[in-house]
Amino acid sequence: MGERDSVTTRGGVAPTAGAYGSPASSFGSSGSYGLAGRGEGGANLADILERVLDKGVVIAGDIRINLLDIELLTIKLRLIVASVDKAKEMGIDWWEHDPSLSSRARAEVNGPQKTEVTGGENRESAE
Amino acid sequence: MTEGLRYAYAVVRDTDAPQAARTALERVPGVAGEPVVAVRHLGLAVLAGTVPAEDFDEGPLRQRLDDMAWLERVARTHQRVVDTVGAESCVIPVRLATVCQGEEGLRRMLAAGRERFASALDRLEGRVEWGVKAYAATPVPEGPSAAQEPPAPEGPPAGTPSAPGGMSGRDYLRRRKAQRQATERRWGDTEEGARLVHDTLSGLAERARLHPPQDPRLSGVSDRNVLNAAYLVRREDSAAFAERVGELAGRTAALRVELTGPWAPYSFTAPDETDAPDETDARDGTDARDGAESTGAEG
Repeated sequence: MGERDSVTTRGGVAPTAGAYGSPASSFGSSGSYGLAGRGEGGANLADILERVLDKGVVIAGDIRINLLDIELLTIKLRLIVASVDKAKEMGIDWWEHDPSLSSRARAEVNGPQKTEVTGGENRESAE
Repeated sequence: MTEGLRYAYAVVRDTDAPQAARTALERVPGVAGEPVVAVRHLGLAVLAGTVPAEDFDEGPLRQRLDDMAWLERVARTHQRVVDTVGAESCVIPVRLATVCQGEEGLRRMLAAGRERFASALDRLEGRVEWGVKAYAATPVPEGPSAAQEPPAPEGPPAGTPSAPGGMSGRDYLRRRKAQRQATERRWGDTEEGARLVHDTLSGLAERARLHPPQDPRLSGVSDRNVLNAAYLVRREDSAAFAERVGELAGRTAALRVELTGPWAPYSFTAPDETDAPDETDARDGTDARDGAESTGAEG
């Protein structure tokens, strides 16, 4: 999924009002108008997570997920706005080393290996 | 089979819609690859599927949510199911990872949320959500063209834009100042532009909601996200809305504007108590600027 959907005009169907399905249009400052190419799943992951995690009706199911966990996750995910693959391509993988996000990192933190990585820097400049 | 964990995607009215949705969903499996079916209760129907306890029981689910790849898959699937159902009827998405015990649990959920679901269905019937993001267009002063216009008369040779060693300290500071001023001017333009976009679109939409800007570094989009908003629009007004977004993009040269949608009305499922004024304001389009300011001012 190397394709960013924020790039202008890549052809595709016109935005129809008939169905949901999140085709994207991108309007460059040049005024160009068109639909952006999409990865397999369609919309940008950040746009999806913003909605499925953060919006929608919040109603308690029988399986209680601590909503605070999800909210914490959401906050962190705001930083991971691209797809995971894209972020990894860019060398951004700090969540893999963040104990609150990754079980693997929890194991690493407890283990002998020190996991300094790029995480600190990323988080710091994210403030 | 009525036992086992059920993952809920969305709620619709129990009219003929569940039947249509079910047909459409035959080609769209759920988050565990399971068939998604409608469970009806009290005039409502919830679209849900049976999911394995080893992934969706409380403990495992919490662990899985830590796994970005898993989360991405589930999020995309959840959205695809919601979209599919929404193409057939008015749909109220429930939050990702809403899991109940058996059909009985789903019915309890419908009963517990009955009024909220019913009122949301009334409010959102025939509406879709459009996402609009505006980015400050790619900065110019940092680029090579800036290096070719040394701000000081005795400026250093071009081509060493970021190498302070090639110029005196004073020149360097002067250049930095000029760059900063240019940047500030540009932000002035973009925030004005973002406000114009948001004010105008709020006037066209029934409701508007601002989301936090997406982080530029991690999105891979280097341009700063100065507006990240959702607008609730009647389905039949969608084409006009999209056209208007295109016009605005043409008018605000400092911005790159991106339109996504139509989405199911995720951002508008909650009743509008907190921003009730926004609803009236959004109609006449006069005063949504508080929100636009808070979007632009951050960072």
